Amino acid sequence: MPQAVTPREIRRRIRSIKNTAQITRAMEMVAASKMRRAQQAVLAARPYAERIRAMLGDLAAMSSPQEEVRAFPLLQRRPIRRIQLILVTSDRGLAGSLNTNVIRRAVDFMTHERPELLENFDIVAVGRKGREFLVRYGWPMVAEFTRITDRPSIEAVRPLAELATQDFTTRRVDAVFVVYTHFINTLKQEPRVLQLLPIEPPEGTGAISDYIFEPDPVTVLEALLPRFIEMQLYRVLLEASASEHSARMVAMRNATQNALDLVAELTLTYNKARQAQITREVSEIAAGANALGALQ
Amino acid sequence: MAGKLRVEVVTAERLVYQVDDADMVLAPGAEGTLGILPRHAPLVSLLSMGEMRVKRGREEDSLTIFGGFLEVANNVVRVLADVAERAEEIDLARAEDARQRALARLRERRADIDRRRAEMALRRSTVRLAVARKRRARPAPGGPPLPEAQP
Repeated sequence: MPQAVTPREIRRRIRSIKNTAQITRAMEMVAASKMRRAQQAVLAARPYAERIRAMLGDLAAMSSPQEEVRAFPLLQRRPIRRIQLILVTSDRGLAGSLNTNVIRRAVDFMTHERPELLENFDIVAVGRKGREFLVRYGWPMVAEFTRITDRPSIEAVRPLAELATQDFTTRRVDAVFVVYTHFINTLKQEPRVLQLLPIEPPEGTGAISDYIFEPDPVTVLEALLPRFIEMQLYRVLLEASASEHSARMVAMRNATQNALDLVAELTLTYNKARQAQITREVSEIAAGANALGALQ
Repeated sequence: MAGKLRVEVVTAERLVYQVDDADMVLAPGAEGTLGILPRHAPLVSLLSMGEMRVKRGREEDSLTIFGGFLEVANNVVRVLADVAERAEEIDLARAEDARQRALARLRERRADIDRRRAEMALRRSTVRLAVARKRRARPAPGGPPLPEAQP
């Protein structure tokens, strides 16, 4: 223990650390409530997502001959010469290793899984943290969307979906991937890569083969595809949002715990220092008294 | 339940409406109003924008629908809407504001993307206002019952 620290200084440090702990605890609670909301939003999105997915699968499987289905621009698979990567990060930090992990996954994807496209890709930043990274390292960022991930809404997703769809149908890019953080549980989130375009229709069940279609199956499928993209992006953002808030909640809980540990340690140090001071004072008084006695 | 329809309206964000004792559904189909009664044949239809009405006995619920899909099978009517709300959720003042804003923007006569947006906004607010006003004109559910109309 450094001798120079006075009890008063220690007390001041204890107070400041307690303040920090109060702030981190408040942030933990805010993150916990946002996380619950994001998880509820994931659940609320499920009925729509499941029906859209099932209808798409059935329509793509049954409707028309395969050639006709392939003629849909959004289903078109072609040789990949250029891709778009949508990188989903959070706007704010203090979320542990969340953003580092998802950014590393994106870098990994480009350098190891698609090294031949390193000169030929566009990257779209969703979230400020990803944007900052891309700017700092000079990645080819073509667009940025911020203030979506804290609390995603379907309206906020539409411009993003439009951009991806447009770049794909105008053949600027031949595929669109999303790198995001998948929510597994409060303690575990995992960066993942999802292919957004071209759409890979899910397996059909044949459940709607004898349906009446208005106006006709092809038109319905055509209307369904953009909705499917929006829905997938919306789900990805909800997952990312739930991940962000739970990562922050855990990081803040650890921070609070560390602060309290530090307070306990400093309190011990403070008591020792206080005791040392008292002992010193007593021995000084005693020495003084002795000295006086010796004089008499 | 025999002879009744189960009706669900969902958007990507939430379940908007759900009942299981409907007698008839009227929805804004892409090619005119769709009327659906129990035991309707399996159907998938595109929706345009407008009012969707659900008749349940002497009650009638009203919703606004802006695009999406309607699916009927086994006495279940499922609407997957781009945007939807129940009539009682509509904020009249806000819809009126939106309508005025859209009209003002259209008067500027600028031929660009803003114009298309303003037209959409105008159509949306007009539908909302029509549905909400019609509802105000009717007694709220749970209010005093009206005498049954005699044929």
